Amino acid sequence: MKPRSGAKVIIESFVQEAVDAVFGIPGGAVIDIFDELNKSPVNFYLTRHEQGAAHAADGYARATGKVGVCIATSGPGATNLVTGLATANMDSVPVVALTGQVPTSMIGNDAFQEAYTSGITRSITKHNYLVKDVNDLPRILKEAFLIAATGRPGPVAIDIPKDVQQALTSVPYPKEIEIRGYKPTVKGHLRQIRQVADAIKKAKKPVILAGGGVIASGAHKELHELATRARIPVTTTLMGLGTFPETDPLALKMLGMHGTAYANYAMVEADLIISVGARFDDRITGKLSEFAVNADIVHIDIDPTSIGKSVPVDIPVVGDARAVLRELLKILEPPRTAAWLKKIAKWKKEQPLAYKDDDALRPQYVIEQVCALTKGDAVITTEVGQNQMWAAQFYTYTKPRTFLSSGGLGTMGYGLPAAIGAQAGLPGATVVDIAGDGSIQMNIQELATACLNDLPVKVMILNNGYLGMVRQWQELFYAENYSFTCLRRGKDCPEDCDHSFENCPKRAIPDFVKLAEAYGAVGIRVTKKKDVVPAIKKALATKKPVIVDFIVEREENVYPMVPSGGSLKHMMGGMA
Amino acid sequence: MRETIAVLVENRFGVLARVVDLFSTRGFNIDSLNVAETMDPAVSRMTIVVQGDEAVLEQVRKQLSKLVDTTKVIRFFEGDHVEREMLLAKVSTQKRGRPELMEIARLCRADIVDVGETFLTLGFMGAKDEIARLLELLKPFQILEIARTGPAALGRGK
Repeated sequence: MKPRSGAKVIIESFVQEAVDAVFGIPGGAVIDIFDELNKSPVNFYLTRHEQGAAHAADGYARATGKVGVCIATSGPGATNLVTGLATANMDSVPVVALTGQVPTSMIGNDAFQEAYTSGITRSITKHNYLVKDVNDLPRILKEAFLIAATGRPGPVAIDIPKDVQQALTSVPYPKEIEIRGYKPTVKGHLRQIRQVADAIKKAKKPVILAGGGVIASGAHKELHELATRARIPVTTTLMGLGTFPETDPLALKMLGMHGTAYANYAMVEADLIISVGARFDDRITGKLSEFAVNADIVHIDIDPTSIGKSVPVDIPVVGDARAVLRELLKILEPPRTAAWLKKIAKWKKEQPLAYKDDDALRPQYVIEQVCALTKGDAVITTEVGQNQMWAAQFYTYTKPRTFLSSGGLGTMGYGLPAAIGAQAGLPGATVVDIAGDGSIQMNIQELATACLNDLPVKVMILNNGYLGMVRQWQELFYAENYSFTCLRRGKDCPEDCDHSFENCPKRAIPDFVKLAEAYGAVGIRVTKKKDVVPAIKKALATKKPVIVDFIVEREENVYPMVPSGGSLKHMMGGMA
Repeated sequence: MRETIAVLVENRFGVLARVVDLFSTRGFNIDSLNVAETMDPAVSRMTIVVQGDEAVLEQVRKQLSKLVDTTKVIRFFEGDHVEREMLLAKVSTQKRGRPELMEIARLCRADIVDVGETFLTLGFMGAKDEIARLLELLKPFQILEIARTGPAALGRGK
């Protein structure tokens, strides 16, 4: 093969792996890659911050199911990717991140823009590499795409010194690759699956717990068949939203800290929990010693380390969710669940998700209207905090890959760049970022990326002037000591603010409408409930990025709520 | 509980750091770790002694297996393997005299690997309890410094 540069090999890998969108920012140590990128058919999106590039690659991957790719330069470029990689890692999102590095001869010399990227990213990636020889580059790139996308997906970082990008190699890009130490178990053990079938047959109060693994493996159809044939109710984790249509009577919606009362009650009373692609995170189990004490637990997961990590498991099945469910469906014998479903229906009727539907402009109402006006068909991204939980609760999800949110790491500033990535991957889709006025400011610079690339994302800011979720915890658990959570507080505020809002200065910093306009987007402000629907309609009809600034009830809380470390039995609030 | 685990890994840049990182990231307690090339220069063998309850030890084994650079994790049980560790001990001859120290070395089959005016350095290979016993015997002489490798382990039989 004719020798070509490392930079050319990188572009070759994009073409071979069918990468159609790349996000990033150039810099001294990656100019060679960009030099080649410019000559290639690959779509490149220039973000305004490397964190935005990482989240955009992540949003692209979650929305399309393909591997997301981002590029950053050495040193600060690489360290700016860190939050995005950690976000993708916690939520098992396939991302390949390429970082430039100072030339090999200078590594370790504290060179200009040098950081120990492979060390920094080691614990927040599925795997990472430092390429020291250009002849290893074709293999490493092939391995990276394979590792990112298969098994339990995750981010892979490749650190490539500048001289390696420039050096020539005639090693071809491999068609197939075998990695000795990497063999994810796809097929579940048949004896284990038979045990699952037996347990289902005997169960009186079974519940299916569906997580992000169902989306990763594309198992939603099999999950639906399992639930409907066996008449078993389904609750989902935050990451599992969309795996089972919430319009189905068997749907319990989300469980856990801010889950529905009926989902949590079902978990408490269940005699069998069938977990598919979920990892029993602390936000869903509550107090571990009181979690699902009445139930046998089936845990289907492709990652053996997830099984038995926090909850003792009765029937573990290591394997791909789709492959395992397919085998299970062959031998499935439905249990008798009529009485159980009747009981759950009663809970649903008695304690639905609710909020005070009065004349005030409440955030939950906004989300319900977004859902109604997009016919539940939008791709929703969220920031983190109250906005995220309300988006999880009050939008009705029916399809996988329509709810993109930083679940594990809880990264504020995720929503806007993720929406940009999703829109880049799905040009025809309606992409809506449900945001808070705190979170949105953490990556607001990406509005430029959206505007300049004609990515017409819609940002719905639920503006309460607070870091709302922390404010809620301060109200409930810190004796209303609202320290540093008011985003409208300034030097002109009374020193002893009593949070009555009477003395609040009449200003908004930033003015999100002006901010939108400054970037070339459309800004709309809504202060009254009656203006919510027209504003959303206008936003959806606009072919440009739009920010709608909803000035909502300041002290609205997210309910129901299981206090951190509490039992799922004991929920606070939630009644209208 | 204490457990000895052998891990076969790719002999590549950064693999040792990755394994060590895993222990600190996950909060596992590591007693000792040694690593060296095997007969296949592309593969290194690590012997790791860890502490923890059964749940922790299970996580340790699973997390080690999960690393892309790991090709095999071998779990050892009581009696199914041999373990040997090397000890170097620099011991003062001023308190109880050189002849007595040499006598202990001879009886315990330790080598004298370095001789100084006021000390002897003993080299010894043995199982954990043998090393403990030797150190007990050396204590009255005043031990100036020791270096231990941590055990290496191999399964018994084929």
